[in-house]
Amino acid sequence: MSLDKAVENTGYLTTSLDFLTNWARANAMWPMPMGLACCAIEMMAFAGPKYDASRFGSEVMRFSPRQSDVMIVAGWCTYKMSHAIRRIWDQMPDPKWCIAMGACASTGGMHRCYGVVQGVDNFLPVDVYVSGCPPRPDALLNALMQIQDKVKNEHSTVYDR
Amino acid sequence: MLEAYLPILVLFGVAIVLAIVFVVLSRVMGPHRPSATKLRPYESGMDPIGDAKERYSISFYMVAMEFIVFDLEIIFIYPWAVRYKELGFGTFFAVMIFITILTLGLIYTLKKESKNFEISKPNIQ
Repeated sequence: MSLDKAVENTGYLTTSLDFLTNWARANAMWPMPMGLACCAIEMMAFAGPKYDASRFGSEVMRFSPRQSDVMIVAGWCTYKMSHAIRRIWDQMPDPKWCIAMGACASTGGMHRCYGVVQGVDNFLPVDVYVSGCPPRPDALLNALMQIQDKVKNEHSTVYDR
Repeated sequence: MLEAYLPILVLFGVAIVLAIVFVVLSRVMGPHRPSATKLRPYESGMDPIGDAKERYSISFYMVAMEFIVFDLEIIFIYPWAVRYKELGFGTFFAVMIFITILTLGLIYTLKKESKNFEISKPNIQ
């Protein structure tokens, strides 16, 4: 007889440590807003009262990489800026996730020129790409929820060091 | 009498225990992958320049001291203003003398500071 059967209907709840850590991580995703262009305006709306990212535990925009979990790259990224972004990404503590918001961050978008990185996935491990120019705040919320789903399905988080 | 403060003691206890538990939990369960870049000071992704512990001119501390003095003045004058009717008109002059002394001190420090700022300008850069 397994433990969860044994304590069934006795007022106790069994869970795994993985589930607990994943639950905690998924519901306190603090973004590192890397607002590079106009997408950042939509990112502000995403944190604002109408779209209200705090419903998903992500209203705390951290302007320091030390306290953030998910980097939102919003806007087109030049080669000069890419070094700074990569360094900030490296300074974020593990575990960390990345959203490429908008066409420019995902693929370079309409900025098909020598100075712009054609997609931040050239130097960042991007988890979710958001289409749109700029994407609506709901699209960014959807990206956040997809990251939450991803986090909730992770295994052996405790031994992952 | 003292038992009335027991909830506050309990609150402090819970706060301290929670703080320790969270720090220990994140230490035990969270991944730690330190790297040279991660341990560098954060300067918005730029190369850090110079020393974080720069020397400041002493004049800034004078300004801070003045702030504290006038902060205290508010602490003295607010209760007096609230209880003014009961204390009577006589206390008005006492407070005015108090303010005059502080103002004289302010003028003195302002003059001294203006001199200090001039002297220390080359040091601040």
